[in-house]
Amino acid sequence: MSTLTPPRSGKARPLPAPEAARPPKRFRRSAARSRAALGALYATPTAVMVGLFFLVPLVLVGWMSLHKWPLLGAPTMNVPDNYTRIADNELVASAVWFTVKYTVLMTVGLFVVAFGLALLVQQRRRGVGFLRTAFLLPMAVGFASASLLFLGLLSDEIGPLSDLLRKLGVIDGYVSWTSGSSESALGSAMVLVLWRFAGFNMLILLTGLQAIPLEVYEAARIDGASRWQTFRRVTIPLMRPTIALVLTMMITGSLLAFDQFWILTRGGPDNSTTSLVMVIYREAFIRLDLGSAAAISVALLAVLVVFNVIQLGVLRRRS
Amino acid sequence: MRSRGLRALAVTAAALLVTAVAACGADDPEAPGASGTAGVDDGAQLTLWTRAATESVSKAYAEAYNKTHKNKVTVTSYPNEEYPAKLASAAGAKALPDLFGADVVFAAQYASQGLWTDLTERLAASGLKDKVSPGHLNAGTWDGKNYAVPHTVDMSVMLYNKDLYTKAGLDPEKGPTSLKEFAEHARKIDKLGGDVNGTYFGGNCGGCVEFTFWPSVWGAGGDVLDAKGENAKVDSKEMADVFGIYRALYDEGVAAPASKDEAGPTWLGALQSGKIGIAPGPSVWLGLIEEKGVKMGVAPISGPDGGDSTFIGGDAIGVGATSTKAAQAWDFLLWTMSEEAQVEVIAKNKGVPIRTDLASNKYSAADPRIVLINSLVAKGKTPYAKNFNASFNDPQSPWLQTVRGALFGDAAKSLTDGNTAITKSLQQG
Repeated sequence: MSTLTPPRSGKARPLPAPEAARPPKRFRRSAARSRAALGALYATPTAVMVGLFFLVPLVLVGWMSLHKWPLLGAPTMNVPDNYTRIADNELVASAVWFTVKYTVLMTVGLFVVAFGLALLVQQRRRGVGFLRTAFLLPMAVGFASASLLFLGLLSDEIGPLSDLLRKLGVIDGYVSWTSGSSESALGSAMVLVLWRFAGFNMLILLTGLQAIPLEVYEAARIDGASRWQTFRRVTIPLMRPTIALVLTMMITGSLLAFDQFWILTRGGPDNSTTSLVMVIYREAFIRLDLGSAAAISVALLAVLVVFNVIQLGVLRRRS
Repeated sequence: MRSRGLRALAVTAAALLVTAVAACGADDPEAPGASGTAGVDDGAQLTLWTRAATESVSKAYAEAYNKTHKNKVTVTSYPNEEYPAKLASAAGAKALPDLFGADVVFAAQYASQGLWTDLTERLAASGLKDKVSPGHLNAGTWDGKNYAVPHTVDMSVMLYNKDLYTKAGLDPEKGPTSLKEFAEHARKIDKLGGDVNGTYFGGNCGGCVEFTFWPSVWGAGGDVLDAKGENAKVDSKEMADVFGIYRALYDEGVAAPASKDEAGPTWLGALQSGKIGIAPGPSVWLGLIEEKGVKMGVAPISGPDGGDSTFIGGDAIGVGATSTKAAQAWDFLLWTMSEEAQVEVIAKNKGVPIRTDLASNKYSAADPRIVLINSLVAKGKTPYAKNFNASFNDPQSPWLQTVRGALFGDAAKSLTDGNTAITKSLQQG
């Protein structure tokens, strides 16, 4: 098996033209310059958008986090109060713990389900097209709408789920899925996220699976590898860049969780499903303390950057 | 090349930032007509924002005003929970509407943040200052200045199902006179069995509990907050007694099991179902429940051993601080406080007038329940605190945690710990 190495694809570089065929240096320079200018021109719209809607707000949030920032009126510098107050905020501590717990559970759950689905529909067979579409379809529903849909489905008052389970004898009496207990509240949110995002992650993983050349599998089979060995030693190593990408997206998405808890559980019961972004929302829009909200956002951003640097580092090294 | 690009980027970012900061720091332009205290009716288009709960009243005001005035008011409403965030974003963008209403308990926060224009002189000149609901007026006051005036009044009362009262052998014309009697009535009705429950409350909703439980605390002579809204008093004996009564009803299964998880949205629906014997709720729901064919009686909310009170809620309204049509907006507000509007728009539709001098009017006498509701205004309270929303109404508030503990967990510890946490939240800058 050790003879199997990942194929080096996409690395073909154009060969340098022979020296004699090159135009004189002066022309070369001006041509290069105009090419660079054209490149810059093409990149301008994106650069403007990124600058306006990402860099400027980013700098502004950093700047806000150093101030007491009223909704109207002039801000006053209060560095480092907004940051030191994060430690005093008990809600932040419980939200950090919950967000980390949710991220771990969600990433593992979502990855297992998405990878499982991808393996299930990897081969071209009858009905696979239908299954692929069916798994991806929830992606077409907006996340907030999907959360509301689940709120309705899970509601004891108006939803069919509790009635159905009562008829089947699984549950007895009144059950509140979204706020009855912290476990069921977290469980309902996780089922919602699985339903909504498993198909999308399946699609990315499927692309990775299909990029593995069949010859490698054939070679493994000739070498006498079992199914499990092929999966362990061929599929997983060759999928590493895709897996890293999917995991990065899952972890980032989970750390920034908001909609599902805001709509489905409202952070309850007893603050047990209050995510970090919900705390930022509370600081900004309920307490109207924009400086404090900005400081927590900056801290969260720092954590995300660290995570992404590590993960992208792994991604680059392996690919 | 690279360093030059970076420098250019840095300069651009800095320039944008300076512009943004300068814009944020700039004083608001003097609104035209801001110097006079009279209203101006010159055909201006005015925008009014309100929350969904009181939308119908704002719309009724606007419709009647538009018929008789050149100014035209357009009402836009937002879902209750999203409304504070909507206002905060609009304020941050300096794009507040000409007029906006707010839950009266949030008014102090908006006044302190300067989201409303100062109406002190205008209100003093109007001669209405002593005639409107003092609780609402106080709520919109910050540093001795008036920023908001009363808009709608909604009070908490006991609402009971007359048919279920008759079935349970109770007198449908006589509601309970104390919280203990309320519990007895609820127990009797619960014995009817089937899907009928004795009572119902919003056990996962800070706002619902404060609106319906606090009057019992006040009725017993206790209090929840100090006058400045900086210290909580929820660890009192009165509070513990009130929670104790509701807790027993839940434990015995007299309160519907869904009471534990009721976060607000299905509260009205539960009462409209006709399966609940008696429950405290907003007075404005009387009509909404009867619309569904459920005959309702009204009684005051009282302390464990008697003593009536009510939570005087509703909305306060002011002129958006960034509005350039303050004089026209004031014209609308002046009109809404007039006898004409209060009697022909509010009282005619079975509402409670915001004018204390119009509590008894030609429409109120027709329905004895309305007379009762109006008479409670004098006995009720409107709590005042700058950080009210963050401390009591928000799902992440320390009050909701206290409520959950007091009703379903370690009651004594929750009230003691809750008092400390709520006080801390109230005092936060």
